[in-house]
Amino acid sequence: MNLEFDIVSGDFSMAGRASSQIKKVLKQLQVEPKVIKRIVVAIYEAEVNVVAHSLGGKLTALFDEKGIEIELKDNGPGIADIDLAMQTGYSTASKQVRNMGFGAGMGLPNIKKNTDELAIKSKVGVGTTLTFRNYF
Amino acid sequence: MQIVIKKEVGMKVSDLVEKFGLKVFSGEAGLKNEVTGGYVSDLLSDVMGNAAEGEVWITLQSHQNVMAIASLKDLAAVILVKGFEPDEDTAEHSNDEGIPVLGTEMDTFTITGQLYDTLKI
Repeated sequence: MNLEFDIVSGDFSMAGRASSQIKKVLKQLQVEPKVIKRIVVAIYEAEVNVVAHSLGGKLTALFDEKGIEIELKDNGPGIADIDLAMQTGYSTASKQVRNMGFGAGMGLPNIKKNTDELAIKSKVGVGTTLTFRNYF
Repeated sequence: MQIVIKKEVGMKVSDLVEKFGLKVFSGEAGLKNEVTGGYVSDLLSDVMGNAAEGEVWITLQSHQNVMAIASLKDLAAVILVKGFEPDEDTAEHSNDEGIPVLGTEMDTFTITGQLYDTLKI
C-alpha cells in the first residue's frame, strides 16, 4: 500500500495533513503506539520543512509488513550544506516562520531522533529528497 | 487521631477549568480527557520532540498548527496564556479532534506554577 500527498510551499494550514492521515492508517493496522508516536513526529517535521523551505513537493508513504518508509521529494531550492542543516539550532527560516514557533533548528534533528534509517540527498538549484524508515 | 491524605488522582481537563477559571474556547468533547502532566513551550518542534501523551500544553501560539501538534501528540488540552484567543481554524480543528483549547488571563509563569502545584504529586 502507498499514500501520496502534495505539499504546497508556504501553506502552513496543510502541514500535518499527511502525518495525521498516516497516523490513522497505522492505528488501523494496529501498529504499536510507541512506533506510531515516533514516526508521526518525523513526518510532521518533514512536512513543515517542505512547506517552510521548499518550492513545494510530494510526500509518499510506503507500507509493508516490516515497517513504513517515507519519501519527501521537493522542487528546490536544495540544501547547500547538509551537515550544517542537521545541527540543532541551525535554521534558515524567515522571521515570519519563526514567529509562528517554527524555525528553531530542531526539525531535522527531531526527524533523525525519531527514525530508524534516514537519508538526505540534495542538489542546490534542483531539490532535496529525504527518505526515512521505521520498523514495526 | 487518623490523618488521611487524599491524593488527587485522575485529574481531568474539566477539573483544571474549574480550579483555575479557564475559558473553554473549543473542543468541549475533550473536557473529560485525563491530564498526566504539562509542557510549556512556544517552539513547536520542542513540543513535537518532548511533550508526552496526556499533557496540557501551555503556550501563546494560537494558530492552527498548534492543534496539528496537539492531535499528533495526543495531548489532553492546550492553554493559551495572557488572554490570547485561538484563530478560527484552530478552534475548528480543536472541535474536530476533541482536544480543548482553553484560555487564561494569567501569564505563562503564573499559570504554570499553579498547574505544577496541582499536578506534581
